[in-house]
Amino acid sequence: MTPVLALSLRSIGNRRLSVVLTVIAVALSVALLLGVERLSNDAREGFAQTISGTDLVVGARGGAVQLLLYSVFHIGNASNNVSWQSMERIAALPQVKWLVPISLGDSHRGMRVVGTTADFFAHYRHGADRALAFGQGRVFAVAPDGIFEAVVGAEVAARFGYRPGQRIVLSHGSLGGEGGPRFADHADKPFTIVGVLARTGTPVDRSVLVGLEGIEAIHIDWHGGAPIPGLSIAPEQVRKFDLSPKSVTAALVGLDSRIAVFRVQRQINTMAGEPLTAILPGATLQELWSLVGMAERALLAVSALVVAVGLAGLVAVVVASLGERRRELAILRALGASPLQIFALLAFESLLLSLAGIVLGLALLYGVVVVAAPWLSAQYGLNLAPDWPSAGEWRLLGAVLGASLAASLVPAWRAYRYSLADGLTIRI
Amino acid sequence: MTSDAAPGAGCAAVAVSGLRYRWPKAHADCLAIDALTLVAGERVFLRGPSGSGKTTLLSLVGGVIQPQAGEVSVAGQPLSRLSTGARDRFRADNIGFVFQLFNLLPYLSARDNILLACRFSAARRARLCAAGVSAQAEAARLASRLDLDAGALERPAAELSVGQQQRVAAARALIGRPGLIIADEPTSALDADRQQAFVDLLLGECAASGAALLFVSHDLRLAAHFDRVLDLAQINHAAAAEAGT
Repeated sequence: MTPVLALSLRSIGNRRLSVVLTVIAVALSVALLLGVERLSNDAREGFAQTISGTDLVVGARGGAVQLLLYSVFHIGNASNNVSWQSMERIAALPQVKWLVPISLGDSHRGMRVVGTTADFFAHYRHGADRALAFGQGRVFAVAPDGIFEAVVGAEVAARFGYRPGQRIVLSHGSLGGEGGPRFADHADKPFTIVGVLARTGTPVDRSVLVGLEGIEAIHIDWHGGAPIPGLSIAPEQVRKFDLSPKSVTAALVGLDSRIAVFRVQRQINTMAGEPLTAILPGATLQELWSLVGMAERALLAVSALVVAVGLAGLVAVVVASLGERRRELAILRALGASPLQIFALLAFESLLLSLAGIVLGLALLYGVVVVAAPWLSAQYGLNLAPDWPSAGEWRLLGAVLGASLAASLVPAWRAYRYSLADGLTIRI
Repeated sequence: MTSDAAPGAGCAAVAVSGLRYRWPKAHADCLAIDALTLVAGERVFLRGPSGSGKTTLLSLVGGVIQPQAGEVSVAGQPLSRLSTGARDRFRADNIGFVFQLFNLLPYLSARDNILLACRFSAARRARLCAAGVSAQAEAARLASRLDLDAGALERPAAELSVGQQQRVAAARALIGRPGLIIADEPTSALDADRQQAFVDLLLGECAASGAALLFVSHDLRLAAHFDRVLDLAQINHAAAAEAGT
């Protein structure tokens, strides 16, 4: 068999151009297939880890997906608020390690305003346990000094060119985008940006974060969603009022031990006095992703088709070359090559080409990953790492190899038939 | 000079008896030959117009196809008693082929084309080894005997003239001293004045190595220096001889 394999290599070398083009086609399709698989995996992981350090999200009684959407993704609105007393009771549960309240309802140029405490920056985690980092500046100070201080997400800063020190005005209401309905500006009480967060790839990027007292302060002369006519309290005077929150929209809760999560969830859901819902964000994120997952599977199917096209092209090139190579095969037969050796020659050749395509495709993918990773991370918060192929990717590669093995049998079988039918007759 | 290295010395180089061959899907026999024998070292000119079943006969003698009836023996070995794989090895070891055209793999040098015969046959290598010459040296010796200069040996086969290609093919057939050389119209692509020269070279080298030569051509002008001249039309009794070539 060895002379046959050596001949195969020489024969491939003789048809360099078509062979190289075919290998490139296979490589591109393999790189596409793995790239789609890897991107959608990373997107899924990134999505599932939008909020990773939080064990429970608590809000008013309602659907789990709805709660997650408005509290974490800032999509839609809460139907009800949660009273501060409930917050205190949850925080007092023995298994609860920390509780970060979130108050929504205001916006700034289409970006959500999140009223919270400085604990948010300590406890919010995304990705693989990554904490929020400051690109510039610092956390807003504790009330009363920091009432009118704000921290903006990376997207907010990038879009509007914000830097620490700039003053911004919040608007009441949060529906729609920049042109959406806003009811009124809190123009009398502007906020000063004190910090800009580094990009996270989560909705935090599109948030303006202020202290809960700030949210209370801008609504102190409001009632029922509108300024109270004739009443205007200047920013300097709000400090005299009680700015402790009466209610918030939701809360992120961390536990001492994850094992207790279902017990605490049940305790909160059945808490007397106020109808509440506690959800496990990871599980609900998976549920949400299953809605998005259809597109992911469609993409994978399309790239699998591209691989099939690539392999079909490879088979076509090898089979087309057979016509010219019937003479070559007859010479080999005359020299003592058996039909099985002829079969092996062609099978080896196609398999070698598809293997080369797969290896080149992998190299291409890693090249792109290394080059594009910083950009993807900065632009989309997608964290592509040039890791070894995952189990799923190995399975895909195995499937491609299996398909190319099957494809290689086509020219091999034809050559086998030729070599039996032609014998030593070299038909020109 | 008789063959002392080739196997089956003393046996007939080729013995055909009671042969019947019909191509698959054909309605009538293509070949029906009662008897045909080449003794060892004998050089036979087999004349046959195209369509007379020449190439079919050569495929049968080469063991590439099997007859429906009768027996073909090469160097005393009945081919039908060998398995398919063993027949392929037997062919590699004992028979050298020279075709009408396109004898060489275009992407190998002339030298590698000659050596290819040795790569497929352990017996040819062993015979060279027993004679105390390397395959490389033998390839060079045959090339010089066949008027191929050293420069031509290194060139890719595709760059050689047709005449050079046919001489490379002859060297490849002869290397390692197989007992039988089969030539199928090897001169038809050559100029008329080169044809006789090539036939004489081939005859001379077969004589030198002790190989029997079965030379098939439609051109009787080349038959002058052969030991024997046969007409396929006379020994083939098949009615539909023109069914295959």
